[in-house]
Amino acid sequence: MLQNKSFVKRTRGGKITKVVREHYLRHDIYCGAPICKVCDTSQARLSPTPSTILIFDTNVVLNQIDLLENPAIDDVVVLSIVLEEVKNRNLSVYNRVRALCSNSLRKFFVFSNEHHKDTYVTEMSGESKNDRNDRAIRVAAQWYQSHLAGSARILLITNDKENKRKAIEEGISAETVESYVRSLSRPDLLDLLVQPASEDVNMEEVEDLRPSKRKIIYTEHKPMSEITSGLHRGIYHQGKLRVNRYNPFEAYVGSESIGDEIIIYGRTNMNRAFDGDIVAVELLPQDQWHEEKSLALADEEDEEEDVHLVPGSADDAPWTTAQPPGSAGVTESISSRPSGRVVGIIKRNWHSYCGSLEPMAMPAGSGGVAHALFASKDRRIPKIRIHTRQLENLLDKRIVVAVDSWDRLSRYPSGHYVRTIGQIGDRDTETEVVLIENDINTRPFSSQVLACLPPLPWSVSSEDLANSIRQDLRQLRVFSVDPPGCKDIDDALQCTSLPNGNYEVGVHIADVTNFVHSDTPLDDEASQRGTSVYLVERRIDMLPKPLTEDVCSLRADVERLAFSVIWEMTPEAEIISTRYTKSVIKSCAALSYIEAQARMDDSRLMDPLTTDLRNMNALAKIMRERRIQRGALTLASAEVKFQIDTETHDPLDIGMYQIREANQMVEEFMLAANVSVAEKILKHFPLCSLLRRHPTPTREMLEPLLRTAAAVGLNLDVSSSKALADSLDSAVADDPYFNKLIRILATRCMTQAVYFSSGDLSPPEYLHYGLAAPLYTHFTSPIRRYADVIVHRLLAASLGIQKLPAIFQDGTRLTSIADNLNYRHRNAQMASRASVELHTLIFFRKRPTDTEARIVRIRSNGFFVFVPKYGIEGPVYLTPRGDKEGGEWFVDEQQQKIRKMDGSMSYSVLQTVFIHLEIVEPQPNRPKLQLTLV
Amino acid sequence: MEYVSPEGLRLDGRRPMEMRQIRAEIGVVAKAAGSALFEMGNTKVIAAVYGPREVQNRSQQLNDSALVRCEYTMANFSTGDRMRKPKGDRRSTEISLVIRQTMEACIMTHLMPRSQIDIFVQVLQADGGTRSACINAASLALADAGIPMRDLVTSCSAGYLNSTPLLDLNYIEDSAGGADVTLGILPKLDKVTLLQMDAKLSVETFENVMQLAIEGCKAVATYIREVLLENTKQLEYRRGI
Ligand SMILES: [Zn+2]
Repeated sequence: MLQNKSFVKRTRGGKITKVVREHYLRHDIYCGAPICKVCDTSQARLSPTPSTILIFDTNVVLNQIDLLENPAIDDVVVLSIVLEEVKNRNLSVYNRVRALCSNSLRKFFVFSNEHHKDTYVTEMSGESKNDRNDRAIRVAAQWYQSHLAGSARILLITNDKENKRKAIEEGISAETVESYVRSLSRPDLLDLLVQPASEDVNMEEVEDLRPSKRKIIYTEHKPMSEITSGLHRGIYHQGKLRVNRYNPFEAYVGSESIGDEIIIYGRTNMNRAFDGDIVAVELLPQDQWHEEKSLALADEEDEEEDVHLVPGSADDAPWTTAQPPGSAGVTESISSRPSGRVVGIIKRNWHSYCGSLEPMAMPAGSGGVAHALFASKDRRIPKIRIHTRQLENLLDKRIVVAVDSWDRLSRYPSGHYVRTIGQIGDRDTETEVVLIENDINTRPFSSQVLACLPPLPWSVSSEDLANSIRQDLRQLRVFSVDPPGCKDIDDALQCTSLPNGNYEVGVHIADVTNFVHSDTPLDDEASQRGTSVYLVERRIDMLPKPLTEDVCSLRADVERLAFSVIWEMTPEAEIISTRYTKSVIKSCAALSYIEAQARMDDSRLMDPLTTDLRNMNALAKIMRERRIQRGALTLASAEVKFQIDTETHDPLDIGMYQIREANQMVEEFMLAANVSVAEKILKHFPLCSLLRRHPTPTREMLEPLLRTAAAVGLNLDVSSSKALADSLDSAVADDPYFNKLIRILATRCMTQAVYFSSGDLSPPEYLHYGLAAPLYTHFTSPIRRYADVIVHRLLAASLGIQKLPAIFQDGTRLTSIADNLNYRHRNAQMASRASVELHTLIFFRKRPTDTEARIVRIRSNGFFVFVPKYGIEGPVYLTPRGDKEGGEWFVDEQQQKIRKMDGSMSYSVLQTVFIHLEIVEPQPNRPKLQLTLV
Repeated sequence: MEYVSPEGLRLDGRRPMEMRQIRAEIGVVAKAAGSALFEMGNTKVIAAVYGPREVQNRSQQLNDSALVRCEYTMANFSTGDRMRKPKGDRRSTEISLVIRQTMEACIMTHLMPRSQIDIFVQVLQADGGTRSACINAASLALADAGIPMRDLVTSCSAGYLNSTPLLDLNYIEDSAGGADVTLGILPKLDKVTLLQMDAKLSVETFENVMQLAIEGCKAVATYIREVLLENTKQLEYRRGI
């Protein structure tokens, strides 16, 4: 049956045109109930004997998606008109509903009412679109009622009074969400309901029991029209709000790459904005900039400080909190930065958050309903108020909470409980929290993605060998060196002596793009995941396992496809020529770093492989030396390694990762290959190459390092990376660990390197500061990083082997891909670190330990120490927490010392102290690692 | 953009393998030797055939076969934005050429040396698949004009969106930027006379899409034959046979 839908539409040019679209109505759309005798039940999703079939209207789906996701809600018919409206209004809710509909464990059936001959309704004259859609929902409900003829109750769930009234008039049972959930007599489900904003009055009771005394805490958000005109006139600034990960009372607004950033100090100025919200900001008068700063710092002292891993670089380092409060010298240099306040929120970035409820006692006489405060694991998120009827149950759990609203009378936003993850402190629960918090996709690969894999078992075919773009390098002595037990081997090396005394050095990288073609579901998935994630006991792959561990992995003794960078090098490691080619290789050995090192060290071994290793190592040493001469920083980070019990997966031992010469050798050639590839692709594609840059740290960022150095009488020259490298080299003391410590402190002052598209920046900005390389990219790990996959495609195109996919012509798409890669990368790093922190906590649970530590920062009530053996950092309190005055201790800012009033004792920065590490539970179910002086 | 819902319905309610409603009418232009109106959903085209007649421009005359000429135009009101387009723009010239070549391949031109056949096709309403509709209309008009043909050429398009082969794309689907294959076949002889594709497809996908387009062409052929048969019956009836 054919129906023409016609409507008027405004075109982009502003003209009004009439659009006519065909709309086919069908007989073959089924009801999805297995009990049905009329329909084809092969696609039926509802239960065999449903007592009640639920139909939700659009607003209920949009607002109560958390409820819908609860397994207690089942036998739901989702109408296509509802889906369509949800899709137009909120894509993320749409995706969640779709996920429910395709989940085989749930009984959600999509009924295409808009294409069913009996349920399609045409718009009546004078009827609004919403009214027409509401009518369509009622017609569909009615159809179900007569179609299933009493074998199941059809219940329409709507919170729209008018719609409900009409439904009941038309003989359809209808209820509001609240009354339906109440009828289920499951109090925990009531927690899931989104609270309508009007209920905020009740929420306030926690803060102040006298509603009349409610005070306005935040200023009103400006109406959208005012914001638009303000933005237009340049008095407001629009941008994404980013809250400092280590100081939730400080946020920045500004474009991530260009322009000045506006600092927002304190929750009042943030005016209810969340991290990631798009906000409109008004600058404060300049004389207030300083004042606001100290205000924020006063707030900050209230925050809990936890023991955590030593940060790898400034991106995850608390460099702003490193300044002791009230130190005049510092604030002055800062006050030149503009500060502002949020006047309106343009787009909310609310989603759900992981965390736990603040410990509290069950209030008496509240009818089982408690108002609790939820603290997110992510410190950037303010505490969230929720109602709960299952307080007892939730106190020792990690839970997920969603935000609903935040009015200006409430200090905290209000939200609702979504689900429980598990017991606090339990390894699996906490690991899941880490994954959810960092937005890491752990879902198994879909069948569409898996369909893109080559037929297995895979092996190099005769076509691969015959392919003219591929060189046969199977005769070369190629080997790989990786951490022990590495299964996803990205890279292999080769070093052949040439008759003229030079070496032919090859870096062979897994040819992932031979299997991952652009614009396939597999490619889309990898691009979304961006990187593999390595947790202590688990790896979340970017590509499906058959690719990572077999087809692409350059394992020993099997033929594999590779993308090779081959240099001719003099014994002085000068590159004479570089060539790039796709190849077929056969690795002769997959060595671990330890094995490779042992071979090189064992002077009795003279076999060809060992000779190759020694030659390469000699070249690598020269290359490394030269790189350091150019000013590359040799920074130190404290990487921790666990020995994990294979049975219980609990950590057995913990220690620093040992860096050997073999590691450095492999690293050196990977760096060289990345640089060579960066040069090649940029030459061919100056506007669309994916490169990696490491911005020069500003003086302000290096401030904490300089202050610490000055306190111990060390003068660091930070005018260039070369100068810094040199002064780091000369920073030696009697203490053998001193130099490493200074380097660790320097590392955390650096920003993180980022991916970018070469068209977005000018060549001087391409600089990689840490490596002192004008150009850099990632080419050597395509199995576990998507950036390398892109670079492989660019390199292949620059060689004329493959055409560049169309996406490279789209500058904005490239920028968004680079942004996503940076986001995924940072999240992957945060997740790995969080996983290490979690295992550290588990490790110390049964093992209180005494060990040596170094003071890295002085605070008003104690100091921060770094524990080299375990790579962790944390506060040591000299005065009890909360004692603001500092009691008998005072801080000497200049010398970075904390002294006892009577002068009997003092601690200074970089001093060695002995501390005791122990897990304590200051509050029930909130274990934390405590550091105390021995 | 989701062009096929997980329920397997396209935006207009069709399933991936379904064609739009087709409708044909013969003899709509009384003056012409043969004419036909052909609709595929909201795409509506009219074709008129003149000839075989004397060649107008002697220099173009072919001594061993008939000269086939084709003119394709789009009515100014055929799309939403009633724009006045110059006659003989590149797209029209290209489509004229495509139609001419496709029709030439099935007309038995060697039977009509030193003559000329003119095919005029005009799009009255455009909603995707105009090429196919034009070829189908021209085919019917030629048959109506009684011009000897090897077989009836029929055409249909198929595309590939959301990893699904789709038959007979409408305008929205056509503008989605996916691959679009327009196919013309001689159904009885089982030969392909026209194959156009924009965008790229892997070989396996292409074969699936092509197979689907062939099915579409065959369905059109069945329908066209029914229309012709019905038309012939009418003629017989009128002549009182
Ligand atoms: Zn049924």
